Amino acid sequence: MARTLVHVPARAAKGQIIEIKALVGHVMETGFRRTESGALIPRDIIRSFVCSYNGAEVFRADFHPLIEFPTIATESGKLEFRWTGDNGFSAEASAPITVE
Amino acid sequence: MISRRHFLALACALAAGNARATPAAMQEAIRKITGGAEVAKGKVRLEVAPLIENGNSVVLSVSVDSPMTAAEHVKAIHVFAPENPLPNMVSAYLGPRSGRAHITTRVRVADSQTLVAVAQLSDGSFWSDSAAVVVTLAACTEEVK
Repeated sequence: MARTLVHVPARAAKGQIIEIKALVGHVMETGFRRTESGALIPRDIIRSFVCSYNGAEVFRADFHPLIEFPTIATESGKLEFRWTGDNGFSAEASAPITVE
Repeated sequence: MISRRHFLALACALAAGNARATPAAMQEAIRKITGGAEVAKGKVRLEVAPLIENGNSVVLSVSVDSPMTAAEHVKAIHVFAPENPLPNMVSAYLGPRSGRAHITTRVRVADSQTLVAVAQLSDGSFWSDSAAVVVTLAACTEEVK
């Protein structure tokens, strides 16, 4: 599976807005580039990214391997990250959070 | 007979010709999202460096003036680049659980152009901001050795 890197604060106060960073290793080939011989290199990009907080979707984005976004720390639990892309690409990551 | 050099020049010209969106294509992409609704200026702030040395990794952030409550929040943020081969660069979907209407990402920018951010609010209105950028090293369509 592709390498992922997520940054979530380990602890947060209830109701606090936390910043999350999520990154996945991907070639992000645009589909518009050509080789020296003129052959088109087929597109291979991330199509979708979803972040779930204890099972509830809190953020979603299209087309990007790296994104920084906020969410409210509501309760302790787990944040899950999932990327999907061309050619059946799929990567997952998760991070625990303690809310007090 | 076509020399290799001529062929390459032609291939590049074709690639550039095909792989470039137009402001019209961007307007079409925006219209697809808004469904023809009016897009007003304001509320949105698109932040990007005005001079970009390398178009392959451009830091871009968008924030929207919104309380982000269940009754009043930003539903989506879209960023467009009229000169990129695919004008819709990024779409992010937010909600009351975001707390704050702000995203940061890295994008590829193909050429000097004016980028446009459009935010969709929960009341159905659309707001936008734009930022002109100058790109030294273009991304997206370069030849791969």
